[in-house]
Amino acid sequence: MTGQTVPALMTEDSVPRFARGTRLQYDRVRETWFIQAPERAFMADAIAVEVLQLVDGTRTLAAVIDTLAEKFDAPRKVITQDVLALVNDLAGKQVLVHA
Amino acid sequence: MTTPPPMSLLAELTHRCPLQCPYCSNPLRLDPRATELDTATWCRVMDEAATMGVLQVHFSGGEPMARSDLPDLVRHAAGVGLYSNLITSGVLLNPASLAALADAGLDHIQLSFQDALPDPGDRVANMTGAHAKKLEAARLIVAEGIPLTLNFVVHRQNAERVPAMLLLAEQLGARRVEIAHTQYYGWGLLNRDALLPDRAQLALTEQAVAEARTRLAGRMTIDFVTPDYYAEEPKPCMGGWGQRFMNVSPTGRVLPCHAAESIPNVEFPSVAETSLADIWENAPLFTMFRGTDWMPEPCRSCSAQTQDWGGCRCQALALAGNAGAADPVCHKAPDHGIVERAIAARPETPPAFRYRRYGSA
Repeated sequence: MTGQTVPALMTEDSVPRFARGTRLQYDRVRETWFIQAPERAFMADAIAVEVLQLVDGTRTLAAVIDTLAEKFDAPRKVITQDVLALVNDLAGKQVLVHA
Repeated sequence: MTTPPPMSLLAELTHRCPLQCPYCSNPLRLDPRATELDTATWCRVMDEAATMGVLQVHFSGGEPMARSDLPDLVRHAAGVGLYSNLITSGVLLNPASLAALADAGLDHIQLSFQDALPDPGDRVANMTGAHAKKLEAARLIVAEGIPLTLNFVVHRQNAERVPAMLLLAEQLGARRVEIAHTQYYGWGLLNRDALLPDRAQLALTEQAVAEARTRLAGRMTIDFVTPDYYAEEPKPCMGGWGQRFMNVSPTGRVLPCHAAESIPNVEFPSVAETSLADIWENAPLFTMFRGTDWMPEPCRSCSAQTQDWGGCRCQALALAGNAGAADPVCHKAPDHGIVERAIAARPETPPAFRYRRYGSA
């Protein structure tokens, strides 16, 4: 078997990156962000956009969470829940992988 | 009122192809090489598409790798922000041609297979050695790191090997796999008796897909396309006529789907004469079946009208003789008996294929 193994769950220590063939892209016509992926494009909601703009293949999720908690002056625990739920959902869709 | 822009551009670069699959989605009358759009025109088409709000371009054919300017077109797509997808048979793919495409910024490749096994695969493609070339293409693509989708077209002569197809996709390292039952218009309709499965075969393919989805969750995405002759409701063809897709043919005709050139009594707009945006918004070919205003009964009073959009117009034309009729695959359609009779008349032994090639329809 090559290629696929069940991806490990993303935690605060994980460093995510976009899988090749996926990216976050702003659509000027619809004035919306999209996640471009193989043969589909799904709309990114406001939370996803904030998180994914910080996904660069070097930052840990802990760092992403710290940045967002400060930016939105929100409890870290709440931000952590949102971020981990989002990145694990996108990992399940093969959009994000471990860097 | 402005129509929401299309999401995807299907760029059918050529109808030339080394394969002759009897279910090809190309029209029966294939465009010859001399009439194909040139590189500059395709680049202009992509510029217009990106400006309109198209997000993805699918380079298709025929075999798009038969065009020597494909890397230039991929590079242009990347330059204007279009996500690029190559839909290929893989038989022209080698380390050099793949490297040129990767270097140009190709985002994804969909590679077709005719079967899980070489001999029946080569027989469907009518090309000796095609299957082996595809295996090699898949290995090269995965080694390069471009995400790979495998596409298997399923019919009565390979349905039993759907589990083997899913295993092959897994072994080759595909990220996605499409198990797509044949759709019966154009070449597929011409070869329907040789291709249409029975209900028991359909059930086995559904079961194989359901099991693999459980087994491969999070590792490989599996898309399943049902043979709509056995569906209760019609498919939402193209996500609704003129709503999500724009197809440009090798000669530059702009169509709502790849089979739309069969629609009679309407002008086919061309990129040579009109802008894509104007065609999308105003061309009668696009407005005639867009939305729900055109619908006859039973669609007009059906609660599913904005889910299936009345089904497939080309299928309504091919079976009921009227592109504006309810899709006959719908159990509520007045012409549904045509589909039931076609299933009942399916011969015990499949007849020989009528291969897709210039002048054979």
